[in-house]
Amino acid sequence: MEQRQLIIVGSGPAGWTAAIYAARAGLQPLVFEGADAGGQLMTTTEVENFPGFPTGVQGPELMRILKEQAKRFDVEIVSAAVDSLKPVDGGFEIISQTQTYHTAAVILATGATARRIGLASEKALYGRGVSACATCDGFFFKNKNVIVVGGGDSALEEANFLTRFASKVTVVHRRDAFRASKIMQERAFANPKIDIVWNAVVIEILGVEAGHVTGVRLRDTVTQAETERPIDGVFAAIGHEPNVSLLRGWVDLDEKNYVKTKPGTTQTSVPGLFACGDLQDARYRQAVTAAGSGCMAAIDAGRYLDEIKK
Amino acid sequence: MEHVFTDDNFKKEVLESPVPVLVDFWAEWCQPCRAMGPIIDALAEETDSKKMKIGKMNVDQNQTPGSYGIMSIPTFLVFKNGLVAEQLVGAMSRETMRDKIGRHVS
Repeated sequence: MEQRQLIIVGSGPAGWTAAIYAARAGLQPLVFEGADAGGQLMTTTEVENFPGFPTGVQGPELMRILKEQAKRFDVEIVSAAVDSLKPVDGGFEIISQTQTYHTAAVILATGATARRIGLASEKALYGRGVSACATCDGFFFKNKNVIVVGGGDSALEEANFLTRFASKVTVVHRRDAFRASKIMQERAFANPKIDIVWNAVVIEILGVEAGHVTGVRLRDTVTQAETERPIDGVFAAIGHEPNVSLLRGWVDLDEKNYVKTKPGTTQTSVPGLFACGDLQDARYRQAVTAAGSGCMAAIDAGRYLDEIKK
Repeated sequence: MEHVFTDDNFKKEVLESPVPVLVDFWAEWCQPCRAMGPIIDALAEETDSKKMKIGKMNVDQNQTPGSYGIMSIPTFLVFKNGLVAEQLVGAMSRETMRDKIGRHVS
């Protein structure tokens, strides 16, 4: 069994910032990158709001730079996911790829994952016109018609991105106004390839028998009227679910399944266990707030480790 | 060893292969594909080539992905006797991948 002081789980902006701060504080952190190394920014394109990049930066490039910065210091990186995490005497036990690690403190930065619409037909057609990654799959929709479900920044960013390939992008939103930032809304409204259907939800994706998406059935949220619309692809950007599978049953979560932390800190309900990034943030969910809370977690963990040594 | 499949060699290397073949459909610009790259390399390294052939096909440079209806990458197809025996979509851990393709190795 490997004995550590501090293990960080996750490799988005929160995880790498925690690693940079913890390493510089002499805590020699071990970082598990997880199955989706780099996190959600790996499937985005231009990031225009991360401070320090006056001309913007590509999401994957930002993650490469953050990892590079962490590697300058005493950080050990394991490119694998954690299979189990549990509290044991004097700390925590982590199992990854059949190896067992023991650590006094853990920083969780496992982030969140894009939510699915939750339809049986969506599951059946995943990879056959239903996509969870516009930057990966936009290419397959050249000169085709697609819909993007959602009304936040990520929905409109995906819609804008998809107009590079698709002949028409229809944004389907359940309300009559977007939640997205003003600049993203203006871009969407100004894009001649983007159409908007307000007050509608997707209740079925059509094409299961054909083996690929052929259309959607929409329900108007005001009149309850149902309509069908032929379409080639469906992209959903309807929010996120925090990745808490390692924590169920022994760490306090809020009603939306986000990890509860003591206000103003990253301390969870379990001493020695700290949470940062989207995992504990249903409100802001920005790369820069994730990075900020990663810094807080490293400082909180450092103080905790000092305390228990006394 | 890992193979590189193309439109030209697909029939001979994949469809007419005497052993099951795992084809990783990928592209340079797809981040989840790039994350899967080392996992597929490692699986190709540890898999007995007499039991399963493992390789990649670039979706930018080949037409074959279109004929299999691939609309999302990474997609992994397992071919047995020229037919698709399994379709896997999206990034996954090495253990999950090993488990899923292990079922097709005799």
